[in-house]
Amino acid sequence: MHPAPSVILFTVLSGLGFGLLAMLGLGAAPVTGWAAFVAYGAGFGLAVAGLLASTFHLGNPQRALRAFTQWRTSWLSREAWASVAALGLMAPVAASAVFMGRLMPALGAVAAVLCLITVLTTSMIYTQLRTVPRWNHWTTPALFFGHAVAGGALLAGLGNAPILLGLLGLFMALSFRAGDARFAERGHTLATATGLGHGKVRSFAPPHTGTNYLMREMIHVVGRKHALKLRVIAVVFAAVLPAVALVLLPAGLATTLVAAAFHLIGAFAGRWLFFAEAEHVVGLYYGKR
Amino acid sequence: MTALPPPSAKKLGLVIDLDTCVGCHACVTACKGWNDQGYGAPLSDQDAWGANPSGTFLNRVHSYEVTPETGAPQLVHFPKSCLHCENAPCVTVCPTGASYKRAEDGIVLVNESACIGCGLCAWACPYGARELDQAAGVMKKCTLCVDRIYNENLPEVDRVPACVRTCPAGARHFGDLGDPDSAVSQLVAERGGMELMPEQGTRPVNRYLPPRPKDRLEETAPLAPLLDIQATGFAGWLDRLLDRI
Ligand code: SF4
Ligand code: SF4
Ligand code: SF4
Repeated sequence: MHPAPSVILFTVLSGLGFGLLAMLGLGAAPVTGWAAFVAYGAGFGLAVAGLLASTFHLGNPQRALRAFTQWRTSWLSREAWASVAALGLMAPVAASAVFMGRLMPALGAVAAVLCLITVLTTSMIYTQLRTVPRWNHWTTPALFFGHAVAGGALLAGLGNAPILLGLLGLFMALSFRAGDARFAERGHTLATATGLGHGKVRSFAPPHTGTNYLMREMIHVVGRKHALKLRVIAVVFAAVLPAVALVLLPAGLATTLVAAAFHLIGAFAGRWLFFAEAEHVVGLYYGKR
Repeated sequence: MTALPPPSAKKLGLVIDLDTCVGCHACVTACKGWNDQGYGAPLSDQDAWGANPSGTFLNRVHSYEVTPETGAPQLVHFPKSCLHCENAPCVTVCPTGASYKRAEDGIVLVNESACIGCGLCAWACPYGARELDQAAGVMKKCTLCVDRIYNENLPEVDRVPACVRTCPAGARHFGDLGDPDSAVSQLVAERGGMELMPEQGTRPVNRYLPPRPKDRLEETAPLAPLLDIQATGFAGWLDRLLDRI
Protein backbone atom coordinates (compact mmCIF):
# COMPACT_ATOMS: atom_id res chain seq x y z
CA MET A 1 0.00 0.00 0.00
CA HIS A 2 1.11 3.55 -0.70
CA PRO A 3 2.66 5.01 2.45
CA ALA A 4 0.94 8.40 2.22
CA PRO A 5 2.57 10.95 4.57
CA SER A 6 -0.83 12.26 5.68
CA VAL A 7 -1.97 8.84 6.86
CA ILE A 8 1.35 8.05 8.55
CA LEU A 9 1.29 11.40 10.36
CA PHE A 10 -2.33 10.86 11.31
CA THR A 11 -2.00 7.39 12.76
CA VAL A 12 1.27 8.02 14.59
CA LEU A 13 0.43 11.43 16.06
CA SER A 14 -3.17 10.77 17.00
CA GLY A 15 -2.24 7.36 18.43
CA LEU A 16 0.42 8.96 20.60
CA GLY A 17 -1.90 11.81 21.62
CA PHE A 18 -4.75 9.51 22.59
CA GLY A 19 -2.29 7.25 24.41
CA LEU A 20 -1.02 10.20 26.46
CA LEU A 21 -4.55 11.43 27.18
CA ALA A 22 -5.54 7.93 28.29
CA MET A 23 -2.63 7.85 30.77
CA LEU A 24 -3.55 11.27 32.10
CA GLY A 25 -7.24 10.40 32.31
CA LEU A 26 -6.46 7.26 34.27
CA GLY A 27 -4.55 9.41 36.72
CA ALA A 28 -1.29 7.56 36.10
CA ALA A 29 0.46 10.93 36.19
CA PRO A 30 -1.64 13.11 38.53
CA VAL A 31 -0.56 16.52 37.23
CA THR A 32 -2.25 19.87 37.94
CA GLY A 33 -1.61 23.50 37.06
CA TRP A 34 1.12 24.30 34.57
CA ALA A 35 2.34 20.72 34.38
CA ALA A 36 -1.19 19.65 33.49
CA PHE A 37 -1.38 22.45 30.92
CA VAL A 38 1.73 21.12 29.17
CA ALA A 39 0.71 17.46 29.45
CA TYR A 40 -2.90 17.79 28.36
CA GLY A 41 -1.86 20.40 25.78
CA ALA A 42 0.55 17.90 24.23
CA GLY A 43 -2.12 15.17 24.24
CA PHE A 44 -4.77 17.33 22.63
CA GLY A 45 -2.26 18.87 20.25
CA LEU A 46 -1.02 15.51 18.96
CA ALA A 47 -4.49 14.01 18.69
CA VAL A 48 -5.97 17.00 16.87
CA ALA A 49 -2.93 17.45 14.60
CA GLY A 50 -3.25 13.81 13.63
CA LEU A 51 -6.96 14.09 12.93
CA LEU A 52 -6.37 17.21 10.81
CA ALA A 53 -3.63 15.44 8.85
CA SER A 54 -6.08 12.66 8.08
CA THR A 55 -8.32 15.07 6.17
CA PHE A 56 -5.49 15.93 3.77
CA HIS A 57 -5.84 12.70 1.87
CA LEU A 58 -9.57 13.19 1.26
CA GLY A 59 -10.75 14.07 -2.24
CA ASN A 60 -13.56 16.23 -0.86
CA PRO A 61 -12.69 17.22 2.71
CA GLN A 62 -15.46 19.82 2.83
CA ARG A 63 -17.94 16.97 3.24
CA ALA A 64 -16.00 15.34 6.07
CA LEU A 65 -18.93 15.71 8.48
CA ARG A 66 -20.80 13.06 6.49
CA ALA A 67 -18.32 10.55 7.87
CA PHE A 68 -20.32 10.61 11.12
CA THR A 69 -23.37 9.00 9.55
CA GLN A 70 -22.46 5.33 9.05
CA TRP A 71 -21.29 4.24 12.50
CA ARG A 72 -23.45 1.13 12.30
CA THR A 73 -21.25 -0.47 9.65
CA SER A 74 -18.11 1.59 9.08
CA TRP A 75 -15.04 1.62 11.34
CA LEU A 76 -13.97 4.92 9.82
CA SER A 77 -17.26 6.44 10.92
CA ARG A 78 -16.94 4.89 14.38
CA GLU A 79 -13.49 6.40 14.61
CA ALA A 80 -14.94 9.84 13.90
CA TRP A 81 -17.44 9.42 16.75
CA ALA A 82 -14.98 7.88 19.18
CA SER A 83 -12.39 10.61 18.67
CA VAL A 84 -14.92 13.40 19.14
CA ALA A 85 -16.40 11.71 22.21
CA ALA A 86 -12.96 11.07 23.73
CA LEU A 87 -11.75 14.64 23.19
CA GLY A 88 -15.11 16.06 24.33
CA LEU A 89 -15.09 14.14 27.61
CA MET A 90 -11.41 14.75 28.20
CA ALA A 91 -11.83 18.54 27.86
CA PRO A 92 -13.51 19.10 31.27
CA VAL A 93 -11.01 16.71 32.92
CA ALA A 94 -8.14 18.73 31.46
CA ALA A 95 -9.74 22.09 32.32
CA SER A 96 -10.33 21.02 35.90
CA ALA A 97 -6.73 19.85 36.35
CA VAL A 98 -5.24 22.92 34.73
CA PHE A 99 -7.43 25.73 36.08
CA MET A 100 -8.80 24.38 39.33
CA GLY A 101 -6.00 22.03 40.30
CA ARG A 102 -8.58 19.30 40.83
CA LEU A 103 -8.50 15.81 39.36
CA MET A 104 -11.67 14.17 38.06
CA PRO A 105 -10.86 10.46 38.34
CA ALA A 106 -14.25 9.04 37.37
CA LEU A 107 -14.81 11.14 34.27
CA GLY A 108 -11.11 10.86 33.50
CA ALA A 109 -11.32 7.07 33.48
CA VAL A 110 -14.32 7.09 31.14
CA ALA A 111 -12.55 9.52 28.82
CA ALA A 112 -9.41 7.36 28.95
CA VAL A 113 -11.37 4.31 27.89
CA LEU A 114 -12.82 6.32 25.00
CA CYS A 115 -9.29 7.33 24.00
CA LEU A 116 -8.28 3.68 23.83
CA ILE A 117 -11.47 2.85 21.90
CA THR A 118 -10.47 5.54 19.41
CA VAL A 119 -7.13 3.82 18.92
CA LEU A 120 -8.99 0.54 18.45
CA THR A 121 -11.29 2.03 15.79
CA THR A 122 -8.28 3.47 13.93
CA SER A 123 -6.61 0.09 13.88
CA MET A 124 -9.83 -1.67 12.83
CA ILE A 125 -9.97 0.44 9.65
CA TYR A 126 -6.91 -1.51 8.54
CA THR A 127 -7.60 -4.78 10.32
CA GLN A 128 -10.98 -5.25 8.64
CA LEU A 129 -9.51 -5.35 5.12
CA ARG A 130 -9.37 -8.95 3.92
CA THR A 131 -7.78 -7.56 0.78
CA VAL A 132 -4.58 -6.79 2.71
CA PRO A 133 -3.65 -10.04 4.50
CA ARG A 134 -0.79 -8.46 6.45
CA TRP A 135 -3.26 -6.15 8.22
CA ASN A 136 -6.18 -8.54 8.47
CA HIS A 137 -5.08 -10.02 11.81
CA TRP A 138 -5.35 -9.35 15.55
CA THR A 139 -1.73 -8.18 15.62
CA THR A 140 -2.80 -4.91 13.97
CA PRO A 141 -4.98 -3.61 16.83
CA ALA A 142 -2.44 -4.99 19.29
CA LEU A 143 0.35 -3.06 17.57
CA PHE A 144 -1.66 0.17 17.58
CA PHE A 145 -2.48 -0.33 21.27
CA GLY A 146 1.15 -1.04 22.05
CA HIS A 147 2.22 2.22 20.41
CA ALA A 148 -0.48 4.22 22.19
CA VAL A 149 0.18 2.76 25.63
CA ALA A 150 3.99 2.74 25.52
CA GLY A 151 4.19 6.12 23.78
CA GLY A 152 1.62 7.58 26.17
CA ALA A 153 3.50 6.26 29.19
CA LEU A 154 6.73 7.72 27.83
CA LEU A 155 5.22 11.17 27.34
CA ALA A 156 3.45 11.06 30.70
CA GLY A 157 6.80 10.33 32.35
CA LEU A 158 5.62 7.12 33.99
CA GLY A 159 8.13 4.99 35.84
CA ASN A 160 7.16 1.83 34.00
CA ALA A 161 7.61 3.41 30.56
CA PRO A 162 10.93 1.60 29.85
CA ILE A 163 9.26 -1.77 30.45
CA LEU A 164 6.29 -0.88 28.24
CA LEU A 165 8.68 0.34 25.54
CA GLY A 166 10.59 -2.91 25.74
CA LEU A 167 7.38 -4.86 25.29
CA LEU A 168 6.44 -2.64 22.35
CA GLY A 169 9.80 -3.33 20.69
CA LEU A 170 9.36 -7.05 21.12
CA PHE A 171 5.88 -6.90 19.72
CA MET A 172 6.90 -4.75 16.74
CA ALA A 173 9.56 -7.30 15.82
CA LEU A 174 7.12 -10.17 16.24
CA SER A 175 4.40 -8.60 14.13
CA PHE A 176 6.86 -7.68 11.38
CA ARG A 177 7.89 -11.33 11.20
CA ALA A 178 4.42 -12.81 11.59
CA GLY A 179 3.06 -10.68 8.76
CA ASP A 180 5.58 -11.92 6.21
CA ALA A 181 3.93 -15.25 5.45
CA ARG A 182 0.28 -14.25 5.74
CA PHE A 183 -0.36 -13.40 2.09
CA ALA A 184 0.77 -16.88 1.04
CA GLU A 185 -1.14 -18.50 3.93
CA ARG A 186 -4.40 -17.01 2.73
CA GLY A 187 -3.91 -18.72 -0.61
CA HIS A 188 -4.52 -15.75 -2.90
CA THR A 189 -2.77 -16.32 -6.20
CA LEU A 190 -3.11 -15.15 -9.78
CA ALA A 191 -4.85 -18.47 -10.43
CA THR A 192 -7.60 -17.81 -7.86
CA ALA A 193 -7.80 -14.17 -8.96
CA THR A 194 -8.44 -15.08 -12.59
CA GLY A 195 -9.90 -18.57 -12.26
CA LEU A 196 -7.38 -19.63 -14.90
CA GLY A 197 -6.07 -22.56 -12.90
CA HIS A 198 -5.73 -25.00 -15.77
CA GLY A 199 -2.10 -24.09 -16.28
CA LYS A 200 0.59 -21.72 -15.11
CA VAL A 201 -0.78 -18.16 -15.32
CA ARG A 202 1.38 -15.13 -15.89
CA SER A 203 0.51 -11.52 -16.59
CA PHE A 204 1.26 -11.08 -20.29
CA ALA A 205 0.24 -7.47 -20.83
CA PRO A 206 -1.20 -4.92 -18.39
CA PRO A 207 -4.43 -3.12 -19.37
CA HIS A 208 -2.65 0.19 -19.87
CA THR A 209 0.83 1.35 -20.76
CA GLY A 210 1.09 3.92 -17.97
CA THR A 211 0.22 3.73 -14.33
CA ASN A 212 -3.16 4.28 -12.68
CA TYR A 213 -4.80 5.04 -9.36
CA LEU A 214 -4.88 1.39 -8.34
CA MET A 215 -1.20 0.86 -8.95
CA ARG A 216 -0.19 4.08 -7.23
CA GLU A 217 -2.40 3.36 -4.25
CA MET A 218 -2.11 -0.38 -3.70
CA ILE A 219 1.05 -1.62 -5.37
CA HIS A 220 4.00 -0.07 -3.63
CA VAL A 221 7.18 -1.94 -4.41
CA VAL A 222 9.78 0.83 -4.18
CA GLY A 223 11.51 0.91 -0.86
CA ARG A 224 10.57 -2.60 0.18
CA LYS A 225 14.14 -3.59 -0.58
CA HIS A 226 15.31 -1.62 2.47
CA ALA A 227 12.62 -3.20 4.61
CA LEU A 228 14.94 -5.17 6.85
CA LYS A 229 17.15 -2.17 7.69
CA LEU A 230 14.09 -0.07 8.34
CA ARG A 231 12.62 -2.70 10.65
CA VAL A 232 15.76 -2.57 12.75
CA ILE A 233 15.72 1.24 12.74
CA ALA A 234 12.04 1.23 13.72
CA VAL A 235 12.48 -1.11 16.68
CA VAL A 236 15.72 0.49 17.87
CA PHE A 237 14.39 4.05 17.71
CA ALA A 238 10.81 3.42 18.82
CA ALA A 239 11.64 1.15 21.73
CA VAL A 240 15.30 0.47 22.58
CA LEU A 241 16.82 3.97 22.50
CA PRO A 242 14.00 5.72 24.40
CA ALA A 243 13.97 2.97 27.03
CA VAL A 244 17.74 3.25 27.45
CA ALA A 245 17.54 7.05 27.60
CA LEU A 246 14.83 6.92 30.26
CA VAL A 247 16.84 4.51 32.38
CA LEU A 248 20.25 6.18 32.07
CA LEU A 249 19.48 9.91 31.96
CA PRO A 250 18.23 11.80 35.02
CA ALA A 251 14.44 12.00 35.06
CA GLY A 252 12.98 15.29 33.85
CA LEU A 253 11.39 17.09 30.95
CA ALA A 254 14.62 17.13 28.91
CA THR A 255 14.99 13.36 29.15
CA THR A 256 11.36 12.83 28.24
CA LEU A 257 11.81 15.04 25.17
CA VAL A 258 14.93 13.19 24.06
CA ALA A 259 13.22 9.83 24.51
CA ALA A 260 10.09 11.10 22.75
CA ALA A 261 12.16 12.30 19.78
CA PHE A 262 13.76 8.87 19.42
CA HIS A 263 10.39 7.20 19.82
CA LEU A 264 8.74 9.35 17.14
CA ILE A 265 11.46 8.59 14.59
CA GLY A 266 11.03 4.88 15.21
CA ALA A 267 7.25 5.07 15.20
CA PHE A 268 7.28 6.91 11.85
CA ALA A 269 9.67 4.34 10.36
CA GLY A 270 7.52 1.50 11.67
CA ARG A 271 4.32 3.04 10.37
CA TRP A 272 5.92 3.71 6.99
CA LEU A 273 6.70 0.01 6.81
CA PHE A 274 3.21 -0.88 8.01
CA PHE A 275 1.94 0.62 4.75
CA ALA A 276 4.84 0.00 2.39
CA GLU A 277 5.10 -3.69 3.23
CA ALA A 278 1.36 -4.34 3.10
CA GLU A 279 0.44 -6.10 -0.11
CA HIS A 280 -3.04 -5.73 -1.58
CA VAL A 281 -4.49 -8.68 -3.47
CA VAL A 282 -5.23 -6.47 -6.49
CA GLY A 283 -1.50 -6.54 -7.20
CA LEU A 284 -1.99 -10.12 -8.38
CA TYR A 285 -3.94 -8.91 -11.40
CA TYR A 286 -0.95 -6.81 -12.37
CA GLY A 287 1.49 -9.67 -11.85
CA LYS A 288 2.86 -7.83 -8.84
CA ARG A 289 2.39 -7.76 -5.12
CA MET B 1 -26.92 3.60 3.99
CA THR B 2 -23.90 1.36 3.89
CA ALA B 3 -25.53 -1.63 5.52
CA LEU B 4 -26.06 -4.22 2.82
CA PRO B 5 -29.69 -4.84 1.87
CA PRO B 6 -31.06 -8.38 2.22
CA PRO B 7 -30.16 -10.41 -0.88
CA SER B 8 -32.32 -9.29 -3.77
CA ALA B 9 -34.16 -11.76 -5.98
CA LYS B 10 -32.98 -9.85 -9.00
CA LYS B 11 -29.20 -9.83 -9.39
CA LEU B 12 -28.20 -7.88 -12.46
CA GLY B 13 -24.70 -8.48 -13.69
CA LEU B 14 -22.39 -9.42 -16.50
CA VAL B 15 -21.17 -12.74 -17.78
CA ILE B 16 -17.83 -12.42 -19.54
CA ASP B 17 -16.69 -15.06 -21.94
CA LEU B 18 -12.93 -15.50 -21.72
CA ASP B 19 -13.08 -17.86 -24.66
CA THR B 20 -14.35 -15.30 -27.13
CA CYS B 21 -12.85 -12.05 -25.84
CA VAL B 22 -10.30 -10.95 -28.43
CA GLY B 23 -8.73 -8.24 -26.28
CA CYS B 24 -9.69 -5.35 -28.55
CA HIS B 25 -10.47 -2.96 -25.66
CA ALA B 26 -13.64 -1.77 -27.44
CA CYS B 27 -15.59 -2.21 -24.18
CA VAL B 28 -13.04 -0.06 -22.38
CA THR B 29 -13.52 2.74 -24.88
CA ALA B 30 -17.29 2.39 -25.00
CA CYS B 31 -17.48 2.39 -21.20
CA LYS B 32 -15.36 5.50 -20.91
CA GLY B 33 -17.30 7.19 -23.70
CA TRP B 34 -20.71 6.53 -22.18
CA ASN B 35 -19.77 7.25 -18.60
CA ASP B 36 -18.07 10.50 -19.54
CA GLN B 37 -21.31 12.15 -20.42
CA GLY B 38 -24.06 10.83 -18.20
CA TYR B 39 -23.98 9.55 -14.66
CA GLY B 40 -21.88 11.60 -12.22
CA ALA B 41 -18.53 13.28 -12.65
CA PRO B 42 -16.75 12.68 -15.98
CA LEU B 43 -13.85 10.21 -16.03
CA SER B 44 -10.86 12.53 -16.05
CA ASP B 45 -7.43 11.99 -17.56
CA GLN B 46 -4.19 13.45 -16.28
CA ASP B 47 -1.34 14.34 -18.63
CA ALA B 48 -3.31 12.68 -21.41
CA TRP B 49 -0.94 13.70 -24.18
CA GLY B 50 2.19 13.93 -22.07
CA ALA B 51 4.91 11.54 -21.07
CA ASN B 52 3.05 9.92 -18.19
CA PRO B 53 -0.64 9.63 -19.06
CA SER B 54 -3.09 8.26 -16.51
CA GLY B 55 -6.83 8.32 -16.16
CA THR B 56 -9.98 6.93 -14.63
CA PHE B 57 -11.55 3.83 -16.18
CA LEU B 58 -14.41 1.65 -14.96
CA ASN B 59 -13.40 -1.32 -17.03
CA ARG B 60 -9.95 -2.53 -17.97
CA VAL B 61 -8.71 -5.48 -20.01
CA HIS B 62 -5.75 -7.50 -18.75
CA SER B 63 -4.02 -10.18 -20.81
CA TYR B 64 -2.71 -13.38 -19.28
CA GLU B 65 -0.68 -16.24 -20.63
CA VAL B 66 -1.73 -19.69 -19.44
CA THR B 67 0.78 -22.48 -19.98
CA PRO B 68 -0.77 -25.93 -19.57
CA GLU B 69 1.17 -29.04 -18.52
CA THR B 70 1.42 -30.09 -22.12
CA GLY B 71 0.76 -28.17 -25.28
CA ALA B 72 1.15 -24.60 -26.35
CA PRO B 73 0.52 -21.59 -24.05
CA GLN B 74 -2.79 -19.83 -24.45
CA LEU B 75 -3.37 -16.08 -24.38
CA VAL B 76 -6.46 -15.08 -22.40
CA HIS B 77 -7.82 -11.53 -22.52
CA PHE B 78 -9.47 -10.63 -19.29
CA PRO B 79 -11.88 -7.68 -18.99
CA LYS B 80 -12.49 -6.58 -15.42
CA SER B 81 -15.09 -4.21 -14.03
CA CYS B 82 -17.15 -4.16 -10.82
CA LEU B 83 -18.62 -7.60 -10.11
CA HIS B 84 -21.55 -6.13 -8.09
CA CYS B 85 -20.76 -8.45 -5.19
CA GLU B 86 -23.58 -9.67 -2.98
CA ASN B 87 -21.37 -9.38 0.07
CA ALA B 88 -19.76 -6.14 -1.08
CA PRO B 89 -16.98 -5.11 1.34
CA CYS B 90 -16.66 -1.77 -0.45
CA VAL B 91 -20.13 -0.79 0.73
CA THR B 92 -19.87 -1.58 4.42
CA VAL B 93 -16.55 0.23 4.93
CA CYS B 94 -17.86 3.53 3.56
CA PRO B 95 -18.15 6.11 6.36
CA THR B 96 -20.50 8.47 4.55
CA GLY B 97 -23.17 6.24 3.07
CA ALA B 98 -22.04 7.26 -0.42
CA SER B 99 -21.46 3.64 -1.40
CA TYR B 100 -24.57 1.53 -1.51
CA LYS B 101 -26.05 -1.61 -2.99
CA ARG B 102 -29.51 -1.28 -4.49
CA ALA B 103 -32.10 -3.46 -2.83
CA GLU B 104 -34.13 -3.86 -6.02
CA ASP B 105 -31.52 -5.21 -8.45
CA GLY B 106 -28.23 -5.51 -6.56
CA ILE B 107 -26.35 -2.83 -8.49
CA VAL B 108 -23.54 -1.28 -6.42
CA LEU B 109 -23.34 2.49 -6.85
CA VAL B 110 -21.67 5.58 -5.42
CA ASN B 111 -23.64 8.70 -4.54
CA GLU B 112 -20.96 11.15 -5.57
CA SER B 113 -22.45 14.13 -3.77
CA ALA B 114 -21.92 12.32 -0.45
CA CYS B 115 -18.48 10.84 -1.19
CA ILE B 116 -15.57 12.45 0.68
CA GLY B 117 -12.99 10.65 -1.44
CA CYS B 118 -11.35 8.79 1.43
CA GLY B 119 -10.55 5.85 -0.86
CA LEU B 120 -11.31 3.20 1.74
CA CYS B 121 -13.80 1.41 -0.52
CA ALA B 122 -11.14 1.02 -3.21
CA TRP B 123 -8.90 -0.57 -0.58
CA ALA B 124 -11.70 -2.95 0.39
CA CYS B 125 -12.35 -4.17 -3.16
CA PRO B 126 -10.19 -7.19 -4.04
CA TYR B 127 -10.69 -6.73 -7.78
CA GLY B 128 -9.47 -3.20 -8.36
CA ALA B 129 -12.90 -2.17 -9.56
CA ARG B 130 -12.95 1.29 -7.97
CA GLU B 131 -10.84 4.27 -8.93
CA LEU B 132 -10.77 7.66 -7.25
CA ASP B 133 -11.13 10.31 -9.92
CA GLN B 134 -8.17 12.63 -9.57
CA ALA B 135 -10.02 15.71 -10.85
CA ALA B 136 -13.35 15.32 -9.04
CA GLY B 137 -11.95 13.65 -5.90
CA VAL B 138 -14.85 11.19 -5.80
CA MET B 139 -14.95 7.43 -6.19
CA LYS B 140 -15.87 6.08 -9.64
CA LYS B 141 -16.95 2.57 -10.44
CA CYS B 142 -18.97 0.60 -12.96
CA THR B 143 -22.65 1.53 -12.67
CA LEU B 144 -23.75 -1.44 -14.75
CA CYS B 145 -24.87 1.43 -16.99
CA VAL B 146 -27.86 2.00 -14.76
CA ASP B 147 -28.64 5.05 -16.93
CA ARG B 148 -29.00 2.86 -20.03
CA ILE B 149 -30.60 -0.37 -18.91
CA TYR B 150 -33.79 1.28 -17.61
CA ASN B 151 -33.69 4.21 -20.04
CA GLU B 152 -36.92 4.34 -22.03
CA ASN B 153 -35.55 7.13 -24.21
CA LEU B 154 -33.19 4.65 -25.82
CA PRO B 155 -34.29 2.13 -28.44
CA GLU B 156 -34.81 -1.25 -26.80
CA VAL B 157 -31.71 -2.76 -28.38
CA ASP B 158 -29.58 -0.15 -26.63
CA ARG B 159 -30.96 -0.82 -23.15
CA VAL B 160 -27.92 -2.87 -22.21
CA PRO B 161 -24.58 -1.69 -20.81
CA ALA B 162 -22.40 0.20 -23.28
CA CYS B 163 -19.65 -2.40 -23.06
CA VAL B 164 -22.07 -5.23 -23.86
CA ARG B 165 -23.62 -3.30 -26.75
CA THR B 166 -20.20 -2.58 -28.20
CA CYS B 167 -18.32 -5.85 -27.86
CA PRO B 168 -17.65 -7.03 -31.43
CA ALA B 169 -16.97 -10.59 -30.31
CA GLY B 170 -20.14 -10.99 -28.24
CA ALA B 171 -18.00 -11.81 -25.24
CA ARG B 172 -20.05 -9.78 -22.74
CA HIS B 173 -23.54 -10.79 -21.68
CA PHE B 174 -25.89 -8.82 -19.46
CA GLY B 175 -28.83 -10.19 -17.51
CA ASP B 176 -30.39 -11.31 -14.26
CA LEU B 177 -28.17 -13.86 -12.55
CA GLY B 178 -30.74 -14.25 -9.79
CA ASP B 179 -33.14 -15.92 -12.21
CA PRO B 180 -31.98 -19.48 -12.94
CA ASP B 181 -33.91 -19.48 -16.24
CA SER B 182 -32.37 -16.32 -17.65
CA ALA B 183 -30.10 -16.61 -20.68
CA VAL B 184 -27.06 -15.55 -18.63
CA SER B 185 -27.76 -18.09 -15.88
CA GLN B 186 -28.15 -20.81 -18.50
CA LEU B 187 -24.85 -19.79 -20.03
CA VAL B 188 -23.14 -19.93 -16.64
CA ALA B 189 -24.59 -23.37 -15.93
CA GLU B 190 -23.62 -24.70 -19.35
CA ARG B 191 -20.08 -23.36 -19.45
CA GLY B 192 -19.11 -23.63 -15.78
CA GLY B 193 -19.07 -19.88 -15.11
CA MET B 194 -16.72 -19.02 -12.26
CA GLU B 195 -16.32 -16.46 -9.47
CA LEU B 196 -13.11 -14.49 -9.12
CA MET B 197 -11.15 -14.92 -5.88
CA PRO B 198 -13.95 -16.81 -4.12
CA GLU B 199 -11.77 -17.10 -1.01
CA GLN B 200 -12.36 -13.40 -0.34
CA GLY B 201 -15.97 -14.17 0.45
CA THR B 202 -17.37 -11.29 -1.61
CA ARG B 203 -19.80 -13.51 -3.54
CA PRO B 204 -19.59 -11.65 -6.86
CA VAL B 205 -22.64 -11.60 -9.11
CA ASN B 206 -20.61 -11.35 -12.33
CA ARG B 207 -19.33 -14.63 -13.70
CA TYR B 208 -16.47 -15.52 -16.03
CA LEU B 209 -16.76 -18.30 -18.58
CA PRO B 210 -13.46 -20.19 -18.75
CA PRO B 211 -11.68 -20.55 -22.07
CA ARG B 212 -12.65 -23.81 -23.79
CA PRO B 213 -9.89 -26.41 -24.00
CA LYS B 214 -8.05 -26.13 -27.29
CA ASP B 215 -8.64 -28.80 -29.94
CA ARG B 216 -5.75 -31.18 -30.40
CA LEU B 217 -4.51 -32.39 -33.77
CA GLU B 218 -4.67 -36.23 -33.92
CA GLU B 219 -1.34 -37.94 -34.61
CA THR B 220 -2.47 -38.90 -38.15
CA ALA B 221 -1.29 -37.91 -41.55
CA PRO B 222 -4.34 -37.43 -43.78
CA LEU B 223 -2.28 -37.92 -46.96
CA ALA B 224 -0.74 -41.24 -45.87
CA PRO B 225 -3.24 -43.51 -47.75
CA LEU B 226 -2.46 -41.67 -50.97
CA LEU B 227 1.21 -42.58 -50.65
CA ASP B 228 0.51 -46.31 -50.43
CA ILE B 229 0.03 -46.72 -54.19
CA GLN B 230 -1.26 -50.13 -55.33
CA ALA B 231 -0.50 -50.61 -58.99
CA THR B 232 -3.31 -52.25 -61.00
CA GLY B 233 -3.78 -53.40 -64.62
CA PHE B 234 -0.70 -53.48 -66.88
CA ALA B 235 1.39 -51.65 -64.28
CA GLY B 236 0.31 -54.27 -61.71
CA TRP B 237 1.34 -57.18 -63.98
CA LEU B 238 4.68 -55.46 -64.61
CA ASP B 239 5.09 -54.90 -60.87
CA ARG B 240 4.47 -58.55 -60.06
CA LEU B 241 6.73 -59.72 -62.95
CA LEU B 242 9.60 -57.50 -61.91
CA ASP B 243 9.20 -58.70 -58.30
CA ARG B 244 9.76 -62.27 -59.45
CA ILE B 245 12.88 -61.70 -61.52
S1 SF4 C 1 -16.22 -5.77 -7.41
FE1 SF4 C 1 -15.29 -4.44 -5.89
S2 SF4 C 1 -16.38 -2.50 -6.13
FE2 SF4 C 1 -17.63 -4.05 -7.12
S3 SF4 C 1 -19.06 -4.72 -5.53
FE3 SF4 C 1 -17.34 -6.15 -5.50
S4 SF4 C 1 -15.99 -5.29 -3.92
FE4 SF4 C 1 -17.41 -3.67 -4.51
S1 SF4 D 1 -14.24 7.13 -1.17
FE1 SF4 D 1 -16.37 7.84 -1.07
S2 SF4 D 1 -17.60 6.03 -1.54
FE2 SF4 D 1 -15.53 5.30 -1.02
S3 SF4 D 1 -15.59 4.85 1.18
FE3 SF4 D 1 -14.85 6.96 0.99
S4 SF4 D 1 -16.72 8.21 1.12
FE4 SF4 D 1 -17.40 6.11 0.69
S1 SF4 E 1 -21.62 -1.91 -17.46
FE1 SF4 E 1 -21.34 0.23 -18.15
S2 SF4 E 1 -20.11 1.14 -16.51
FE2 SF4 E 1 -19.93 -1.09 -16.26
S3 SF4 E 1 -18.09 -1.69 -17.42
FE3 SF4 E 1 -19.82 -1.88 -18.83
S4 SF4 E 1 -19.92 0.10 -19.88
FE4 SF4 E 1 -18.65 0.39 -18.06
